[in-house]
Amino acid sequence: MTITQAKETTMRRHKLRRLLPARGPSNIVLGFVAIVWLVPTVSLLVISLRPEADFGVSGWWKALLAPASLTFSNYHVLFSQGFVAGGLLDSLMTSIEITVPATLLVVFFACFAGHSLVFGRWRGRDVVFLTVVGLMVVPVQVALIPVVQFYRELGNLFGLNPYGTIPGVIIFHVAFGLPFGIFLMRNFMSGIPNDLLEAARMEGAGEWKVFYRIVLPLALPALASLAIFQFIWVWNDLLVALVFLGGNAHTPLTVFLYDQNHELQANYWIISTGAIVSVIVPLIVFFSFQRYFVRGVLAGAVK
Amino acid sequence: MSDSTLNVKIRTSGHRSWIRQHAVSLAFLAPAAIWMLFIVIYPTIDTIRLSLFNESATKFLGLTNYKTVFSTDTILTAFRNNVIWVLIFPFFVTTLGLIFAVLTERIRWATAFKALIVMPIVFSTTASALVWATIFDNSPHIGAVNAAVLTVSDWFNPPGAYPVSAASGQTVASLVGGNAHSEKGNSIISNSSARAGGMINIGLEDVSPTTLALLKAQDAVKPQPISGAITGVVWRAFSPSDPTNKTDILPSELGLPLVRLSLVNSQGASVATTTTTTNGQYIFSNVGTGSYFVELVSSNFSAGFTGISWLGGSSITPVSGLGQTEQALLSVPLADMAMIIAYLWIWAGFAMVLIGAGLASLNREVLEAARIDGAKEWQVFRKVTVPMLAPVLAVVFVTMIINVLKVFDIVLNMASGASVNATPTLAVEIYNDGFTGGVHSGVSSAIAVILFLLVLPAMIMNLKRIKGV
Repeated sequence: MTITQAKETTMRRHKLRRLLPARGPSNIVLGFVAIVWLVPTVSLLVISLRPEADFGVSGWWKALLAPASLTFSNYHVLFSQGFVAGGLLDSLMTSIEITVPATLLVVFFACFAGHSLVFGRWRGRDVVFLTVVGLMVVPVQVALIPVVQFYRELGNLFGLNPYGTIPGVIIFHVAFGLPFGIFLMRNFMSGIPNDLLEAARMEGAGEWKVFYRIVLPLALPALASLAIFQFIWVWNDLLVALVFLGGNAHTPLTVFLYDQNHELQANYWIISTGAIVSVIVPLIVFFSFQRYFVRGVLAGAVK
Repeated sequence: MSDSTLNVKIRTSGHRSWIRQHAVSLAFLAPAAIWMLFIVIYPTIDTIRLSLFNESATKFLGLTNYKTVFSTDTILTAFRNNVIWVLIFPFFVTTLGLIFAVLTERIRWATAFKALIVMPIVFSTTASALVWATIFDNSPHIGAVNAAVLTVSDWFNPPGAYPVSAASGQTVASLVGGNAHSEKGNSIISNSSARAGGMINIGLEDVSPTTLALLKAQDAVKPQPISGAITGVVWRAFSPSDPTNKTDILPSELGLPLVRLSLVNSQGASVATTTTTTNGQYIFSNVGTGSYFVELVSSNFSAGFTGISWLGGSSITPVSGLGQTEQALLSVPLADMAMIIAYLWIWAGFAMVLIGAGLASLNREVLEAARIDGAKEWQVFRKVTVPMLAPVLAVVFVTMIINVLKVFDIVLNMASGASVNATPTLAVEIYNDGFTGGVHSGVSSAIAVILFLLVLPAMIMNLKRIKGV
């Protein structure tokens, strides 16, 4: 080997190391972390696929060595119950019934409010916006009891008491989803150049037309982030449903799982199967719209 | 007089035109504003009022509920748990997020890794909590953590073939059947002694048939005497046909395999050891002069390490000798740690994403310059990367403080048995006090107001940050 060749190799090696510092150890450490992070999800899946009788007799990891023993019988049993109140399918439907309206309402109202806060000309917009930012961190717990009483008052006055009903849960979720929603939409919309709107206004477009022809299409990415966030937030809520659906026979999946664990005999084959069903919907949403989800995380680091 | 009337007139007319001028824009805001006014703002204020009234909100009590809050052990426990969460969780989640964010820059499969770590955020905390409750389960046939702990501990401290479970009230003495007694409570020694050519049989009872089935035990057979040796059988001296007979070996009584035996001389010293065969027989050959006893050594009955009760009520700080209130304030439940680990699994992805975004926006030239100047990777990390990331680390840290001040789902769902009373946080206490067995507003509202005051500094920080932008 000549001196220049040797010099070249050392140089190349040197350069390589600088571009990719300590690559080997990073792979090992993160590989280990990845395995640890997978364990809970895999264990849940495996337990839900094992025969009921195996739980507690041998660890779920034993089933990894005998994959042939796995079966869909738990799913089959729970799905074949149909839509009985308190059953898995009924809970899945209730989760959808709560989550879809609560997401749509927040998206609509937050878009409207964002438009008003960014493109309106009235004074006090900044105060309203700062109030909204303040409301973002208000714990749900602070409002529970007064809202229960407010609902009862509505019942006394108009004969429509939302307490114990699905609309009661939706109304609460919309209220607590709005501050973050408005924050997100307002921040995104302030990046839309006002000139675009002015041009449309010059041509005689009304505010409503300006909103849905210009602002809404441009705000779609933020709208997607907000929709995904609100969907996952509401889908996964336990507390609000627990408080506002007390006594209702139809409960969302989180309450179904809570009840299975607390009130009933903690049948783990039902819990694991129910948990997998509850997790699949947000997982699909997450993997389909991962980019928007991450954007939402970055935008809303305060919720 | 006329001046002020004029003023009012002008103001009202100005007001009206202001509304008219901005009617459309205000209408856009109205649904959201009204909704938040009735379901967020008004209730938050009303909670303060309710906290000054009795349980059914009918009688004004002043600050009585707040006094109750600070003098009730269960609520003090909740305060303590919130302190534990705030002290431990934000630090570790930020650290993990930072490590993951920095290391993912150096692997090719970063996208897959990030997706995997972020995934638990979209799971319901309820589902995650239930999974982690099984991972930390006591039984090594359910809990992966205890299964791992037991596997390791069994290398160093293997359990005997006939473990005695103290937890279920079993003792070594309770195993003694015929011709033996328990010695110092942990081994069993024969009553009769023998010289070379003699026999000693020892009967045990209360041995589980499952254990014997696992050991593939066969019917006990009475051995033949062998000259120069001491022989015998260790068997399960229990037959349903003659339950009181502990001395004779009856048909279908099983021998005890793999029992570790020691031959003990009259001075009490062990001179030889052996192990029984599948039908319970043993032979000590070439026995010297004198008479000997046979001992079933204590390791036969060792239960080994029985695992850690992660979600029990135990404290990792000493609590013996402390009064109830002191315990409520000072003990640190092991179950809190298990819950914090589960919560790290959920939220590390969030920290990683935020810090990763901060990292991506760093000025790479500064890092390169440090490396060219000969700084080691660790030095670059400590002295350049971390200080430059300080603002984003602070955001993650504060966000996580707010998050754990409100921590609820994970605690409610992971606690079971003794940890139900050891682990509640303020959010759990608000629920327990306010919503179990009907709605009770007083004390629950007082805790809610305190929780609100605790998140208030974070709210002010957010406002300052956003106003500054």
